[in-house]
Order: sequence, then structure tokens, then C-alpha cells
Amino acid sequence: MGAIRRYFRSPAAVLGLVLLLIVIGMALSAGYFYPRDPLALAGRPLIWPFANPRFLLGTDNSGRDIAAQIFHGARISLLIGGVATLIAVSIGVMVGALAGYYGGWIDNVLMRITEAFQTLPNFVLLLVLVAVFGSTLTTVTIAVGIVSWPAPARLTRAEFLSLRSREFVQAGRTLGMRDTQLILREILPNALPPVIVYAGVVMAVAILLESALAFLRLSDANVASWGNLIGLGRDVLRVQWYVSAIPGVAILITVLGVSLVGQGLNDALNPRLKQR
Amino acid sequence: MRILSLAGRRLAASIPTLLLILIGVFLLLQLAPGDTVDAMMAQMGGGDAATARELRRFYGLDVSVPLQLANYLWRLVRLDLGFSAIYGKPVAAVILERLPPTLLLMTSALSFAFFFGLVFGVIAARGVNRWPDTLISTVGLIFYATPSFWFGLMAIVVFSIYLQWLPAGGFEDISTASTGLWRVLDIASHLVLPSLTLGLIFLAIYLRIMRASMLEVLNLDFVRTARAKGLDETRIITRHVLRNALLPMVTLIGLQAGTMLGGSVVVETVFSLPGLGRLAYESVVQRDLNTLLGIVFVSALLVIAVNFITDLLYARLDPRIAAES
Repeated sequence: MGAIRRYFRSPAAVLGLVLLLIVIGMALSAGYFYPRDPLALAGRPLIWPFANPRFLLGTDNSGRDIAAQIFHGARISLLIGGVATLIAVSIGVMVGALAGYYGGWIDNVLMRITEAFQTLPNFVLLLVLVAVFGSTLTTVTIAVGIVSWPAPARLTRAEFLSLRSREFVQAGRTLGMRDTQLILREILPNALPPVIVYAGVVMAVAILLESALAFLRLSDANVASWGNLIGLGRDVLRVQWYVSAIPGVAILITVLGVSLVGQGLNDALNPRLKQR
Repeated sequence: MRILSLAGRRLAASIPTLLLILIGVFLLLQLAPGDTVDAMMAQMGGGDAATARELRRFYGLDVSVPLQLANYLWRLVRLDLGFSAIYGKPVAAVILERLPPTLLLMTSALSFAFFFGLVFGVIAARGVNRWPDTLISTVGLIFYATPSFWFGLMAIVVFSIYLQWLPAGGFEDISTASTGLWRVLDIASHLVLPSLTLGLIFLAIYLRIMRASMLEVLNLDFVRTARAKGLDETRIITRHVLRNALLPMVTLIGLQAGTMLGGSVVVETVFSLPGLGRLAYESVVQRDLNTLLGIVFVSALLVIAVNFITDLLYARLDPRIAAES
């Protein structure tokens, strides 16, 4: 309870929560406000925002409603960000847990692989994955998850290293618990909180990675994604700059919300660190 | 000498990592639909199966995958990255041509981010929890959340289209074909916006780390001693605190080298700079897998090189590290 009170005492954390709730609200209400396909032609191309009450945020180069694409894009961004984070954290926790718990050659091998993933620029690896597996919504989400797991893995490993020789683990071992039981039931619940808090950072980066990929037209072109719209708007940047500007603000708000919430959770759960 | 041997050992330890990356990506690319020959045939406008077979034999693509891998690694030892069917040149030549703009861009973005991150971090730490700190931290958070390609596009709108102060893209102005100092200035003016765009997120990260690390060092005993000696605050910061507070920043340069190289893919595309990042993008679009693999190799090498340099810098800033080995 103290953590929740501490969370709401920080204005930045509250602002982050509000921003995130707005984006989630947009994603949930997209079907209600804009029931039509957001990629369907809606009107004259390149209507400026607020010029026509039917298209509050104007239309893009081919006459599609920008507001509809923003609302539906919230779904895609949150979906890709959320699922990719889940994938990254799952792989990371598994690798980190095994490396930290067993140590020795298992740790050596797993950390070499982690290092390899960290040495290769993650966006370059993302390009390779997209080049090989194509760019549908599913493959892009999985690819973003695959390039994002090393940091959670290192974090989990560090937690496991410090926890594995604690008394409660030794007590469990004396009781004859098997390794899997010790890892899953004893150590993991204690190692998880910092990793879950870090997931906020992973999600922020995942959303940025996907939008960059979409901007380069290497993500799924058949869904309404903010990055796609920015890439499209680039062709008319000279005069109708709003086509690129509006979805960029949406990405900024989402990433800001996610990072502020992550940071707020971190400060609320580790009050001693807040002092600095 | 000790420093060199320490960093050298770290360098040697990165060879297995490099090998792992190469083998991993090589095998991954085997799963890609179509190979170099397919790309070539498409380039030539199609051809019969016999020509394709002939070409595959010529490029050594008709043998088993493990043998191809062994061949590739052996050629790498001799710095032969293969042949790019799209560019009609050896991959090494293509990459070497594209390397200077990327290196220039990364250096200038890094310098920008490092310098301003340091300055703003120090200002924020000195006025902790007062308005300069709040302002700097807030702006930093917004920068952190800004997609770089979008910032680049908006910078083009403001500075190139409306104000017409800076060029919107390209590496240099070919039409004027200037030489000497004018050419340097011309390239510099083309690099201002890309460097700001690429450096923005790192500026945000650096200033946050610098602020935290300043606050930590300012609480240490030797700072109290310096104050007790009667040193003025500026001298304490520049002579005593800064050197210690810089250590985490230097570590971060090594850790972020890969992220920065990845970021340059997007930034070079926005500003149509003929660099390595844009080459990576082009080779994905054109399915030039040989070039893509070469870029993977060179970018991993670059990251390892940056880490080597940061190791040296680190040991220079903190003599304890060299003494411990």
C-alpha cells in the first residue's frame, strides 16, 4: 500500500499514468469512434487539420482519415510494444535465471550469447530478421522481442547471483527441493520485481524500434501504424508537414507515458534509491 | 603498458563473440527466401536454370551449408567479404566507401551528446530539485521519448524548408564542387541536423547519468575535505568531482555504441546520407544478402573497437583499474 501512495505522490508518475491511460483509451475506443477501416479512403487527400469537421486531424496523401489512423495506430503500437516486451522479458528471465543459478559453463555459454546479441547493433539485427522472415505484424513483433532480451537477461542474472546463496534458498535446498522448484518457487518471485519495472524501458524501446521500422516501410504496411503514417507523410513534408507531425506526437506521448510509469514504479518500489 | 595488456585481453575475449555473431547471422540468412544468384538474375531481368546453376557454382553456392560457412569464414580471415551482385563491386569496397560518413556522423553526434549531456548534467546536479534541475530533467525525458526519425523530419521542416538555414539532406553539395576549407564547411553544414537528430536520445541518457553520478560523487568524503580546505565550488567541480563523475559516462559510450550505429540507419535514411546505415537499409530492400552480412561483420567490429577505446579511456581516468590487473 505504501508503494501505491508513494507512486501517486510523484507528479511525473501521475502524468505518465494519465498519458498512458489516454493512449489505452484511444486504443479501446478506436472501434467505437472509427468503426470503418482506418486505411480506407475517406475523403479528399491532404485536408489540413481542423479545416473540415468531419476530419478533425485532416487527411493524408491518399485521402485517409488521420485521426482514425491515430486511434487504430494506438492499438498496433500497444500490441507490438506489449507482446514484444513479453517475449523479450520471458527469454531474458529464462536465460538470466539459468545463467545466474547454475553458474559455471552454463553461465559462460549463455553470457557469450548475450554478449553477441549486445555487440551486434540491435537495429541491424532487426533488419536482418525482417529481411529473412518478412515483415508481417507477427514477424515484426517477434523480431523486436528477439532483439530486446539481453538487458532483462543481465538484470535477472545479477538478481539470481545475489539471491542464490541466501539463507532461504539454502533452507529450501536442505529440505530437498529440486532445482526447478528452487528457481521457480523460491528465487524467481524475489528476482522478478526489478525486472518487471525494467520492462517499462523495454516497452518504450520496443515501440520506438517498431515505429522506426515502419517509417522505413519495412513493417507491416497493411495495418494502421504511426510509423507507417510518418513515412507516408515524408513525401509531402515540404508543405503538408502535419501528416508526419501528428503521428510523431502520438509516439512521443506513448513512449513518455510508458517511461514515466516505469520510472514511477521504480521509485515507488525502491524508495531508498529515490533519495538521490 | 598494463592498461594496454588489460584492454588487449578484453579485445581477445571478443573474438569468440564475433565468431558467434557471424555464424549465427550466416545461418540465419540461409533461411532467407532467395540468394545472391536470385537477386542477380532479377537484376539481369531473368534467365534460365542453367545460367543460375552456372552462377551458383561460380559463387560457391552449390556446396553444402557448413562448407559455405567454412569458406566464408576463411575468406573473412583474408578480409574478403565476397561480391555484391547489386553494386557490381566487392562488398569490402562498397562498405569502405560508405564508412566515412557514418564514422563522421557518429563522432559528431557522440561529441554533441557527451558535451551537452555533461554540461546540463552538472547544471542539474548543482541545482538539484530546483527549477534548473526540473527543467533540464523534463526536457531530457521528452528527448528520450522522441523518435529520432520524426525529430529529423521536423528539423528539416523548420531549419531547411521554413528558415532555409541548413541543407535538408545529402553529404555535400555536388553542384558547387568546392575544395579545401569550403568543402569541410559544406560537409559540416550538412552534418549539423543529422548529428543533432542522432545525438538527441543520447544527450537525454547522458545528462541523466551525469546528474546521478554527480550527486553521488558530491556526497563523498574527499569533496567535503576539498570544501574544508576552502576551495571554491567551481574548482571543486572541475578538479575533483568531474573526473570521478565521468566514469559512468565513459562506460556508457561503450555500451551505447551499437545503439548509435543502429540509430544511424534511420538518421542516414532521413537525411539521405550515403553511409553504412543507409547501405544496410538498401541491402535489405534489394535483398543483397552478401552486403548485409558484410555490414553485420563491420558493425560488430566497430562496436568492439569503440569498446576497446573506452577501456583505454577508462583506465586513463581511473588509475586504480590499471593497478589492479
